[in-house]
Amino acid sequence: MAEFEPKITAFVCTWCTYAGADLTGTSRIKYASNVRVLRVPCTGRIDFMYILQAFAQGADGVIVSGCHPADCHYTSGNLHARRRWVVLRRLLDFVGVDTRRIHFAWVSAAEGAKWADLVNSVVSTVRELGPYDEYRQAIPAHLIPGGTAA
Amino acid sequence: MIEQKRMPTASMGALFQRLKAGGWRIVAPRAAGDTVTFGEIESPDEMATGLVQTTLSSKSVVFPMWEELFRFRHGESGAEFRDVDEAIMPTAVVGLRPCDARAMQALHAVFTWDSQDEPYLRRRGRIALLGLSCAQADDCCFCTSVDGGPGDATGSDLLLTALGDDYLVEVVSDRGRELAALAGDLLVAGADVDKAAYLATVPVRFDAARLSTGLSKAFDREELWLEQSLRCLGCGACAYVCPTCACFDIQDEANRHGGARVRCWDSCGFSLFTLHTSGHNPREMQSQRWRQRIMHKFAYMPERLQVVGCVGCGRCSRACPVDMNLAEHLNAIVESVA
Amino acid sequence: MSALHDTARQLLESGTAAVVIGYGEGTAGSARPLFVRDAARAGELVFDERCVHNLSVYLLKPEVKALGKAAIVGQPATLRSILQLASEQQVKEGDVIVLLPETEGGVRQIGSFAEIEEAVSEADAQLSPEEKACLDEIAALPRVDRWRFWQQEFTRCLKCYACRAACPLCYCAQCIVEVNQPQWIPVPPHPLGNMDWHLVRAMHLAGRCIGCGECARACPVDIPLNLLNQVIEEEISGQFGAHAGLSASASYALSTFTTGDKDTFIR
Repeated sequence: MAEFEPKITAFVCTWCTYAGADLTGTSRIKYASNVRVLRVPCTGRIDFMYILQAFAQGADGVIVSGCHPADCHYTSGNLHARRRWVVLRRLLDFVGVDTRRIHFAWVSAAEGAKWADLVNSVVSTVRELGPYDEYRQAIPAHLIPGGTAA
Repeated sequence: MIEQKRMPTASMGALFQRLKAGGWRIVAPRAAGDTVTFGEIESPDEMATGLVQTTLSSKSVVFPMWEELFRFRHGESGAEFRDVDEAIMPTAVVGLRPCDARAMQALHAVFTWDSQDEPYLRRRGRIALLGLSCAQADDCCFCTSVDGGPGDATGSDLLLTALGDDYLVEVVSDRGRELAALAGDLLVAGADVDKAAYLATVPVRFDAARLSTGLSKAFDREELWLEQSLRCLGCGACAYVCPTCACFDIQDEANRHGGARVRCWDSCGFSLFTLHTSGHNPREMQSQRWRQRIMHKFAYMPERLQVVGCVGCGRCSRACPVDMNLAEHLNAIVESVA
Repeated sequence: MSALHDTARQLLESGTAAVVIGYGEGTAGSARPLFVRDAARAGELVFDERCVHNLSVYLLKPEVKALGKAAIVGQPATLRSILQLASEQQVKEGDVIVLLPETEGGVRQIGSFAEIEEAVSEADAQLSPEEKACLDEIAALPRVDRWRFWQQEFTRCLKCYACRAACPLCYCAQCIVEVNQPQWIPVPPHPLGNMDWHLVRAMHLAGRCIGCGECARACPVDIPLNLLNQVIEEEISGQFGAHAGLSASASYALSTFTTGDKDTFIR
């Protein structure tokens, strides 16, 4: 039986983490290919609904990453985001969402190696946790990721 | 012709067995903390007892909170559609009150008046209603003001009345006779009994004829509707707990592979219920929406469908967070026209 | 009580207020919101331990605003909502007169935000021991059991939006559930849609909820929604030292930040 390969969705900011991930590539650093990257202008743009949608649409883990505090391209977007994540994590944990599957990081445009390490570590953690089927039990049949039995 | 039988209280478990053996699943009041809703049960021990009324009504057996109408998906040559092929199990609703059984008739009128609502009819054809007369009532009940009563058999297939050691079982309809046959020797003959002695007393709270007259003159009485609706929050709880409310919303839900067209409950009390695409909202104010609720149930439905859109179950008044006691409001309308 | 009646009568007769929003007798010995516009009916007002509704929810209703200036009978939750609404520019200074029933039976009439701020305290913003115990009981469960508990609660949800209607801070003319391009929150009451709705509402109220509990009281199927808001408020007050509804001019916790904000989980 094939080993489970987790699907990881990553929401990253344009100016730091996305650029950092580009650097990982141009530096020819190999890392796990399980991640689908979604680029937004700034982590401050990330609505917590994105994370829930990612799980609802089949992700087993989520990465959210942006500029380090004080380095935000828009000055303070990541500082707003940080507060939001603190609150979100507490809420999600309280309702029993598996917060071991949600990972936050500051990865700058120069941190190509950090991005690779981050992805590898998240993939390895989530691989061990297994598929996030528990979340998908809440999803009605017609919205099961991967298509309906039409 | 309603036949009277008896069934020992202790035989309820056996009745369940016979129904299940006959292919029926059983839905009855079931408690989840303080909330009592209708859900599938296996044995009488799971039934919530000692209630005046359940929190949610039994309309969900014919008109569920949400249901798929059809599915669709991206096929190779375009969109592919598939009708929902859900096998509807025959469902015996046990323990619904006489008001809820009457309410089924109001729902039937709405779902069959101009078009025949298929999802509703599919379910309606496969239910049996085993009503239970009311031994208790509270300040929110007013079935007797809308032509009903705590022991009214209208709408039930079988109506049970608790007499102490046994139940009076009234076999009301063809479906009732079908179930009585299934119950077989569990139902025995018994001496005639005056049912009224075992029923709750529900005082008449307003004169229905005077209400009707009053409403026919009430449409433009803005001050009346404003005064009554000032504390209404427009929350929708009343419509959702109501056994006769049938407003629904249709939604297409999909991901990039496909999805389904879904129907779910809606409420005319919501502020955006009548919002037009143009931006105009003919019922912009809560007073207009409150008026709509009353007129729809007590004027328009009787006029057009020959059925009152309310059975006096009192759930709306109990669920309302700000005590919009319906019987009280209706009485106020009657008094104001006197 | 008569002080309340007299004050209400006087406000209405003098035209200082067009409506007094308070509490009156309801069904079976309960109390319920009451709108007194006619001075002759001021005697219908009551105030006692039954009067728990947060009346500030009415201040933003167009039907009530159309009546004119309102005087509102205040209890701590009502006062804190008014301050929070003020900090969000929804209520202006002098828009509303607050009537504070006092323990000896008198009524204090206040109108400025400064006076309202003085009438509330940080103690009002703390979770009560019972609330804390409820939160802790759930938080102590293993994660899987917490998930099961909340999934079971969310399964009962009908999407009636009574929680939203009862909440004074849910005043958006177009709520996120009414946005359909894209449809962020599924409309039908399946467990996923219900969970999304409750999480969205909790997040949109984060740092703004004053803990009146109207949402849970309004819920026809007894879902303990207020716990979701309370766990967030506990986190916000613990991490950022902020409380909703104590000042008419505070910025709320999620629209501000300090560079000293800490986290334990961002790599």
